[in-house]
Amino acid sequence: MNVLREKLHRFILIFSLLLIMTIIVFIFSLNTGVVRIAPLDVFKTLIGMGTDRDQLVLVDFRLPRMVLSLLIGAGLATAGAILQGVAKNDLADPGILGINTGAGFAVILFIYFFQGSMNSISTLGIFLLPLFGLVGAVTAALMIYLLAWKKGIDPVRLILVGIGVNAAFGAAIIIFQLKMNPQDFMQAAVWLSGDIWGANWKMVSVLTPLILLLLPFAIYKGHILNQLNLGEQVAAGLGLKVEKERRLLLLISVGLAGFSVAAGGGIAFLGMVAPHIARRLIGPRHQLLLPLTALLGSFLVLLADTLGKNLLAPTQIPVGIIVAVFSAPYFIYLLMKAK
Amino acid sequence: MNENATLSQHDYKKTILKTSIKGIILLITGLLLIIILIGFSIAYGAADIKLATVWESVSHFNPDASSHQIIREIRLPRAIGAVLTGALLAVSGAVMQGLTRNPLASPSIMGVTEGAAFALVVTLSFFPAASIIILTFSSFIGAGLGVVLVFLIGAFSKGGLTPVKLALAGTAVGAMLNAISNAIALHFQVAKDMSFWYAGGLTMVNWGSVKILITAGIIGLLLAMFISRSITILSLGEEVSKGLGQNTLLVKSLGVIVVLALTGAAVSIAGAVGFIGLVIPHITRFMIGSDYRWIIPLSAVFGGLLLVLADIAARMVNAPFETPVGAITAIIGVPFFLYLARGERRGL
Repeated sequence: MNVLREKLHRFILIFSLLLIMTIIVFIFSLNTGVVRIAPLDVFKTLIGMGTDRDQLVLVDFRLPRMVLSLLIGAGLATAGAILQGVAKNDLADPGILGINTGAGFAVILFIYFFQGSMNSISTLGIFLLPLFGLVGAVTAALMIYLLAWKKGIDPVRLILVGIGVNAAFGAAIIIFQLKMNPQDFMQAAVWLSGDIWGANWKMVSVLTPLILLLLPFAIYKGHILNQLNLGEQVAAGLGLKVEKERRLLLLISVGLAGFSVAAGGGIAFLGMVAPHIARRLIGPRHQLLLPLTALLGSFLVLLADTLGKNLLAPTQIPVGIIVAVFSAPYFIYLLMKAK
Repeated sequence: MNENATLSQHDYKKTILKTSIKGIILLITGLLLIIILIGFSIAYGAADIKLATVWESVSHFNPDASSHQIIREIRLPRAIGAVLTGALLAVSGAVMQGLTRNPLASPSIMGVTEGAAFALVVTLSFFPAASIIILTFSSFIGAGLGVVLVFLIGAFSKGGLTPVKLALAGTAVGAMLNAISNAIALHFQVAKDMSFWYAGGLTMVNWGSVKILITAGIIGLLLAMFISRSITILSLGEEVSKGLGQNTLLVKSLGVIVVLALTGAAVSIAGAVGFIGLVIPHITRFMIGSDYRWIIPLSAVFGGLLLVLADIAARMVNAPFETPVGAITAIIGVPFFLYLARGERRGL
């Protein structure tokens, strides 16, 4: 039990450190952007004593975007961690497997048929968007699951089939994208590579309960992921209904990914990298791993968003691009190491 | 191999003869089909042209007839461009699969398109006045960059380039190059020019691009035929090849040059046209067996056939608008990829 307590201490230490880092980035992000606002003015605005302009920039534009970053990061990272646990493959990622692309396709369809333009999403649209993301993600996941099924699920086959499904949805997206007008085309392209777009309080209010409901549920199911990692036979021997639990976990993962993609586009590699780093820090025990992964995901997306708006200012680089540029080499490194 | 060893000399010669006859028949049938389809491809389009007119414009060209002008300057180069691009991609895929002994190897999953797009973005951003030749050349280099990166990852990774690793490495390299080019495109505001290229397909093919395709095609195909025997032996395994006294490094290097020349030219002209290099070599191998002296020329013919067909379909599906030809080939190719993936048993 001593080991356990040590682990828990270590977890609390790392978690608090990461939390402090997230808060620092949060404050820094509040100050920077196209319009620079001094920390004191930020404080004034937040307690309701700032100028109207600061109020507008901070409360209506910057804050919802940052809150969304945190939510999306936590959602995608946790989705990846669950997926890696279920697929028993360290390289699984909702982006690589085509789940993000599936969600993206559904969202593009929705915008194409019902909204007309990327800019004029109606209030009802904001509520429907996560739903479409979910439907797309679930469709993609079902396709992968069914196509990879051959007297059971083989992790390698799962990944290959996922890559194929990804390509199929990618082609479908291109067809619809090209039917949009050029401006919408570019916006859709940028959004698909991961951009927190259309950030407003409505979107936050829709997404917050969804993510905050699924996250604790995932952590609560963490012990099942531990058992699954011991191998199917052992898990079944421990009294686990393997296939049923696996499906439930997959559904949680797909749900988290679908909701996140609907709000933030397909941020690839985040679902792969965040669980990896977290596992290095705290080990494979999912009850501790999942919360840390979620926080790490939030931190990384917020950091990427902050970098994105400052690195090449005034150009705003979408979050997904920053994440991909830094995580793809890490992914390749892991790939080269894997046997 | 064991079966062959037990065959008598006579039977062995008979098999070879049979393959040759079959190959020649397939080759001729394929070429005839291509000619017919080129006719259809030219006749089909916004301005209605009869097949008889198509023939007339070739046999008795009349510079004053507008339909003859359309055929000569727009539709003929496009149809020929489609055939050549398809042929180049298919041969490139066949050589890749032979060299790596990897059933999933093909230009479309090796970061080729993203590499070409990356080079284009860089060129457009830093040399906005670049001519079309320079643009073609740069996307050529970019395509090579993608392939080389993926091959290098394979060469330096533990356990070599297994099918899954290849697919994942291709995805990762593609995603990274894609991200970098998106960032550059946004900053220098060349994104619009790029969306055009992604959609591109075969719309922009002219006689200049046909020349590039022919040049690269002749060099690549001759070289591919030159090493075809060695590829056949190499596809039996590295040890077999070395045991028979082959210089595997030389064969592989020549093979990479072939792949670069063929893929680079095809991608620089036609953009993202996926899966031809994956599907065609498999179909060819299924029909003619494992002899690359036949696989390579037949892949060229069938690849050309498939793309000219896909190009006609791309114009028909949603007429009068064009569907990107890459989407059509993906619709054909993805089920095939999934079929291969399901059969794949070797691990990561």
